[in-house]
Amino acid sequence: MSYGAYLFLAVLEGTVMAFVLAVTALGLSLVFGVMRVVNVAHGEFFMLGAVVAWWVSNMIGGSPLAGFLIALVVGPLVVGAIAIASDWLILRRVDYNPEATIVATIGLLYIIQQSVLILYGPDARSIEPPVYFRVQFPWFGYSGYKLIVAGISAVLLLTTWYALTRTRLGLYMRATQYDQETAQAFGVPVRRVYALVFAIGGGLAAIAGVLVMPIQQAHYLMGHDPLLLSFIVVIIGGLGSLRGTLLAAFIIGISDGVISVFFSPTLAKILATLLVSLVLVVRPQGLFGEKPP
Amino acid sequence: MTGRPIAGRWGLPLAVIAALAAAQFVLPDYHHTNMARIMVLAVFAIGYNIAFGYAGLLSLGHAMFFAAGLYGAGMTAHFLDFSAPAAFLVGGLCGLLLALLAGAIALRTSGVAFLIVTLMFAQAVFLTILYFNEFTRGDEGFVLAEQIRQLSFGDSVLSLTDPDVRYNAALLLFALCYILSIALLRSPIGRVLVAVRENEQRTQMLGYNTFGYRLFALTLSGALSGLSGAAYALLFAYVGATFASTQYSILPLLWVLLGGVGTTLGPLIGTLLMFYLVDFSSDVTSSYLIVVGVILVVLVIAFPKGIIGTLREKWRRA
Repeated sequence: MSYGAYLFLAVLEGTVMAFVLAVTALGLSLVFGVMRVVNVAHGEFFMLGAVVAWWVSNMIGGSPLAGFLIALVVGPLVVGAIAIASDWLILRRVDYNPEATIVATIGLLYIIQQSVLILYGPDARSIEPPVYFRVQFPWFGYSGYKLIVAGISAVLLLTTWYALTRTRLGLYMRATQYDQETAQAFGVPVRRVYALVFAIGGGLAAIAGVLVMPIQQAHYLMGHDPLLLSFIVVIIGGLGSLRGTLLAAFIIGISDGVISVFFSPTLAKILATLLVSLVLVVRPQGLFGEKPP
Repeated sequence: MTGRPIAGRWGLPLAVIAALAAAQFVLPDYHHTNMARIMVLAVFAIGYNIAFGYAGLLSLGHAMFFAAGLYGAGMTAHFLDFSAPAAFLVGGLCGLLLALLAGAIALRTSGVAFLIVTLMFAQAVFLTILYFNEFTRGDEGFVLAEQIRQLSFGDSVLSLTDPDVRYNAALLLFALCYILSIALLRSPIGRVLVAVRENEQRTQMLGYNTFGYRLFALTLSGALSGLSGAAYALLFAYVGATFASTQYSILPLLWVLLGGVGTTLGPLIGTLLMFYLVDFSSDVTSSYLIVVGVILVVLVIAFPKGIIGTLREKWRRA
């Protein structure tokens, strides 16, 4: 294969990864934007999505496609329910205090991760892709499933954007983000919005987990990398800015893909973490973040 | 407070150190080794407490300072044949310099962004250790040879592999850092740090260079974490990348929260309790880290002031 073909492959891989990363990071960004909560357990929601996908496909047996489609619905529902329960049992009790919620979600991270270790075991498990076909490029064939992953992610991103800007729920969410007290005075059920946003944020991570399950393997420690990458993306894009989150997901995803193919995945991650510090030195509020008052 | 007699101001700390010194004569072997380990790790907790408890800097990256000390001491002793005291000082210096560098960049932010940036830096350090696997043996780690782990005073040689020497070396390090942390909190600098924690803008308006004070706190915190890592490498002979992972950034936070944020005795109490909780629960289940999760959540909801903080409040009210 020529140099150009390698580059094309790297960009393609990076783009697929960027779409998944965008969905995961969007969940984190939404939760931070509306609730001002840094959810350190976000990666565990991603991991739960993948584990649920394995569990569903094992229960269903038979057609991998049916299992996949059911997991796409069940995964976010299970995780959403866990998220609502955590909001109710933990976050609400510390009154969404920023430092306390960080410590609490670190605790939640360990509780979820270790519970999965007890129930699911320490093994990495894989499932078959729901569909199997190859898209033939002039230089190489490429997994059709990965392109479907990118497609589903794009639909999800558009749906989230539509929901935020064109629906009553989106209006409530934006109002709560802008000014929680005034929103409440105007009859926005802030408490319920918080619970729902935490569920939606977790649900987005879970869907991303279901989507990558046939590409990667499900393992109880797999939440660590998506968490760090989401943090990188959210901080480069600007805390609370959804537009910035999306743009940064593609910058990080594609450059990660290219550097991973040409050099090493470890180097790609080191560079991404250092890019964070560079952005912070030049623009502490991130690319699209609002200037602090 | 300045009017109180010396015995009142230093009575409790000296009693704690004396109790630790006496403990070595009664503890059975297993707990004797554990206690030495706990005292070294408590220095890490004291270091974390200076940043988080005194100056209000919530960092999730302190594993990098501990690892800098661990590798700074371990690599110079292993590859360059540094003597144990020299390697120990190099370790502390590595922690200090890394904290100065990381702080100069990360302290441009505050709050949530600071937490994420420190987490990122620690991850970069962790990955760098793995990247240079050839030298660091990051995956499986390496063991320090016995002849390195010696202290020689003229003709007499003390081996750090001897449990009694190890216990007292750990005790000496802990006692010095413990006293330093108390003296710092009582000094004018300590008062300014607390002011920065409580209200940075107001402190700035009073004319203090708050960035400088925060950088000082983080650097001192990193230096103590580095010394703890260096001591850990030299006393327990193992150097590995696991000590740079996120878990080792979360642990000092947990120890300090459990013992009591901003209290001077809290780091030791938290480290001691958590060490034994993990020790007991790992006998019962392989998922023992669930204990860490549950305790973090319970602390935040029910006892945000930790053990010492809650006790102190009860005592004052009585």
